[in-house]
Formats: sequence, structure tokens, C-alpha cells
Amino acid sequence: MMLQMQGLAGPDRPAATAWPLSRRIGLGLLALLAAFALLGPLLVDADPARQDLSASLAPIGSDFLLGADHYGRSLLARLAHGARLSFGMALLTMLSAAVPGLLLGVLAAWRGGVAERALVALSDIVLALPGLLLVLILLAFAPGHFLPLYLGLSLALWVEFFRVARTTTARLLVEPRIEAARLLGFGTPYILRHQVLPEIAPLLLTLAAFAMGTAILAISTLSAISVGLQPPTPELGSMIVELLPYYAEAPLAVLMPGLLIFLLVLGLQLTARGGTVR
Amino acid sequence: MTRLLLGRLIQAVLVALVVGGLCFALVRVLPGDAAFRIAADRYGPDALTGQAAEAVRRELGLDRPWPELLLRWFGDLAQGRLGNSLVSGEPVSEELAGQLGPSLWLAACALALSLLIGLPLGLASGLRAGSGLDRLALVGAVALRALPPFVLGLVLMLVFSIRLEWLPPAGYGTWREMALPSLTLALGLAAVSSRVARDAVAEVGATAYYRFARLKGLPAGAVVLRHGLRNAGIPVVTYLGLQAVYLIEGVVVVESLFAYPGIGHALVHAVIARDVPMVQGAALVMGLMFVLLNLGVDLLCRLLDPRLGAAR
Repeated sequence: MMLQMQGLAGPDRPAATAWPLSRRIGLGLLALLAAFALLGPLLVDADPARQDLSASLAPIGSDFLLGADHYGRSLLARLAHGARLSFGMALLTMLSAAVPGLLLGVLAAWRGGVAERALVALSDIVLALPGLLLVLILLAFAPGHFLPLYLGLSLALWVEFFRVARTTTARLLVEPRIEAARLLGFGTPYILRHQVLPEIAPLLLTLAAFAMGTAILAISTLSAISVGLQPPTPELGSMIVELLPYYAEAPLAVLMPGLLIFLLVLGLQLTARGGTVR
Repeated sequence: MTRLLLGRLIQAVLVALVVGGLCFALVRVLPGDAAFRIAADRYGPDALTGQAAEAVRRELGLDRPWPELLLRWFGDLAQGRLGNSLVSGEPVSEELAGQLGPSLWLAACALALSLLIGLPLGLASGLRAGSGLDRLALVGAVALRALPPFVLGLVLMLVFSIRLEWLPPAGYGTWREMALPSLTLALGLAAVSSRVARDAVAEVGATAYYRFARLKGLPAGAVVLRHGLRNAGIPVVTYLGLQAVYLIEGVVVVESLFAYPGIGHALVHAVIARDVPMVQGAALVMGLMFVLLNLGVDLLCRLLDPRLGAAR
């Protein structure tokens, strides 16, 4: 009964602060881009790898809706596949950073002792180097392959989830309501699910969007400096570098993949920033 | 103070352990047999036999179990023996010594330029929070932060080297080659530091001590200088610590983009060529640069805000 009273009297967050304008714009932008990334490859029948050398650098609006690149490959198809690749890889790395990060963070705060110190030491080891350097060294194991890129990015990104989950849980555990819940005989899983998780959940969207933005930037940057995914793959960063020599003939073809990366990251950052736009 | 130094020392050791450990693993998984390679190097490919390779293996102890080899690897690292580059054959330390200067210059120029752009802009928008200038600076900062450094660098290159033909797109030597790479990094850094400075100035401007300084009759300029800047400087400098990640990563990317002869460029090339000693050396130096940058920020914070030191 007391707990219920406290819950009622507790500070009710108005819906407006959780969904400020920038977050709504960001999510709207992301929805549009996700539609392009998911529906594009289905609706546009063109194969992003099919070459038509007679249509090399075809302008916008000819046989190709957004023109063609130097091999006469449909840019619309390549952009849609590139967006899907960036989105998909960012989502995958984010998930494989978030799930262990959150679980280990809660575990560290809950158990304390050796487990916590070992996990904190592990996160310190990852943070000692800038993330991109870590990914670069891992890429030397298999240049141009997906696996080291994915592992390196997940390894660099899990720390943020871990730290937030650990500090939030540690702060909650000393609150009287957790003690009360324990005295009332609720088990650990119940307390975690009903007391700890609801406190971490509102931070998740921010953390996830931020991690995905970082991943998209890193993936495109690494392909652009030719250590990431290799050219035949329709990857946005490598598309820019591939098309750069033809800038004089087809400036838009170079700028479009760059614009797509910009919009993706902008949408994610606006979503991540939420209420604190600076 | 000792605690601060000790923390950064531990970080430096961690950098060496991570880089060294990963590169050791890299040598072990790469195809090819190290003993055969060294024997071919020593006796020439014609004299290369299985026996010669076995002799080298025994002599250098390459047949020992891997934990022992790892210890030896770290021992070499601790004594600063980085080995020879597999591509050029030159000692890694000599190559790095030649590349360190350009990289440090680039980082220093970028940092100085970012403060020259970011601080006045942040100050101006903070003193007039909510004005048109403030909003414009916000839009610019949000847009710049969403642009990857390599795209920003390419756009600058297309505008200033190809369209206007003012500055060279690559090379090293004079300020002209330095301008575009450092501007690329500086704009990305200033996008954050200008907003941090703006918030700090706006916050200080709303405090009682700031209003009192105005009320007691100090001229506006003196108030900004004596009471505004120093207090607003603390969060800006603290944020520089977080920006160190962006700076180091940016140096790697921007050097590769502008064909700038620095350590980041060497690192990327070594990764492509799988030149392990060079990867190790370059990553180590970049990592240690990161640690030193953090240490510098720590010390600067202590200087600006003596309360940090007194609290301990």
C-alpha cells in the first residue's frame, strides 16, 4: 500500500519531455529512410551490381531514376541497398553491444565484488584506446571482411551501455523502495524487471540511437579509407570514393551517398539528443 | 596529483597491452611460417631448406609454447624494440619518428583552429542566448556533427581545391597543404566546443556573482574577461578530454584522405598490407598520443579550477 502511494505521489513525467520536437523530427526522418532502405530494394527491381556500360554516368531522370554510376549501375538501387546495409549493420552492432552491455552492467552493480571489478577493468581496457584504432587493428586480421568490423564495433560500443546500466542500477539499489520490495519477499528477477528495468528503459533510446550513429559513421569512414567493406558491395562510403574521379561529369552521383549518410546520422543524433538539444 | 598521473600511467600500460596483445595474435593467425621467412631472409631463397628453417626455429625459440612467446613479445615492447617494417624493411621506430612530427602538427593546428572558431562563436551565442546567431550556430553545429569527417574533408577539397583552386588537395610542407586537413578536423571539433562554450557562458551569465559584478559597476568587457571566461572555460576544457577521441580518430581518417605523411596514414596502409610491426608501432604511438592528450586536459582543468586539487 505504501509503495502504491509512493508511486502515485512520485514525479510524473509529462509525455512532452520524453518526445521533444528534435526527437520527433529525428524519428520521422529515420522512418522515411528506413522505408527507403527496406522498400527500395523490393520496389526497385534493379540489381545494384548489374552493369550497363552503355549507360555509364547516365544523368538523373533518364532510364535510371537517379542516374547511373561509371559502370552504368543504377544509383537508385545502389543507394537503397547501401542504406539497407548501413542500417542493418548498425542495428546488428547496436543490438550485440546493447544486450551484453545492459546485462553485464546490471549484473556488475547487483553482484559487486570481484565480478564488478573485473568487468570495470575490461571496460577500462576498451576505453584506453579510441574505438576506431581498436577496429583498425582487428581489421588487419581480415581486411575487407564483415566479421572484424562487426566484432570491433560491438566491442567498442558495449562499454557505454554497460556504464549507464551499472551506474543506474547501483544508484537504485540503495533506494528504500528496493529494500522494501526485498523485505516484502519479492525475488531478484521480479525486482530487476519491475524496479530496475523501467528506470533504464527511457535511456535506452538515446543510447541505442547514439550507438547506431557511431556505427554508421565508422562503417562508411572505414570503407572510404579502403580498409572496410570492399567496392563491389554497395556501401555508401566506398560509393563516394569510387565515384569521386567522375566528379566533374556527375557531381550529384558523388554527393548523393554522402547526403544519405548525413541524413541517417542526423536522424539518429536528433533521436539520441532527445530533450537536450544544444 | 599522483593519483591523476598514476591513472594515466595505467591507461598507457593498458594501451601497450591491448595493442601488443592484438598484434601478437595477428602474427600467430597470419598465414605463413615465421621461421621459414626469417631463414629465407638470412640465407637467401636458394639456400632455404627445411633444416635451415628448423635451425632458425630452435635458435630463436619459435617452437616454445605461446605464453612464453607472448611474454617475450611484451618484453621487446617494453624495451622499445618495435622490429622492422615488413614492407620497407626499415626499423619501425625510424619510420615513426619521421611521421610523428607531421601528425603532431596536424593535431595541434586542428585543435588551435577549433578553439579559434569555437570559442568566439560560443561566447557570442552564449551572451545572447536565444538570438538569431545562437539558433544559426546550433543548426550549423548539429549539421556538422552528423557529417563524417571524410565527407566534410571531401566537400572542402571539392570547393577549395577543385572549384576555387585556392589550396592544394594533398601533400605536406607549407601552411597551404596544412590548411584543408586541419580545417576539416577543426570544424568537427568546433561543432561541439562552440556549443559547450555557449552553454557554459549562458550558465555563468545567469549566476548571482556574475550579475553582482555588473551591478558593482564593472564594465561589460571586464566582467566577461574576469568572471565569465574562466568559469566558462572549465567545461570547455573538460570536454576537450572527450573530444580527444574524435581528434585521434579524425587524424587517422583525414591523413588518409589528404595523403598526408603522418602516423595515421601509415597505420591505415600498414593494416591494408598487414605489416604487423608497423601496425603495432603506429597504433601504439597514436594510443599514447591519446593518453598524453588526456593528461594535458587533466592538468589544464586543475590549473583552471584549483578546487579540483584541493578536494583530494
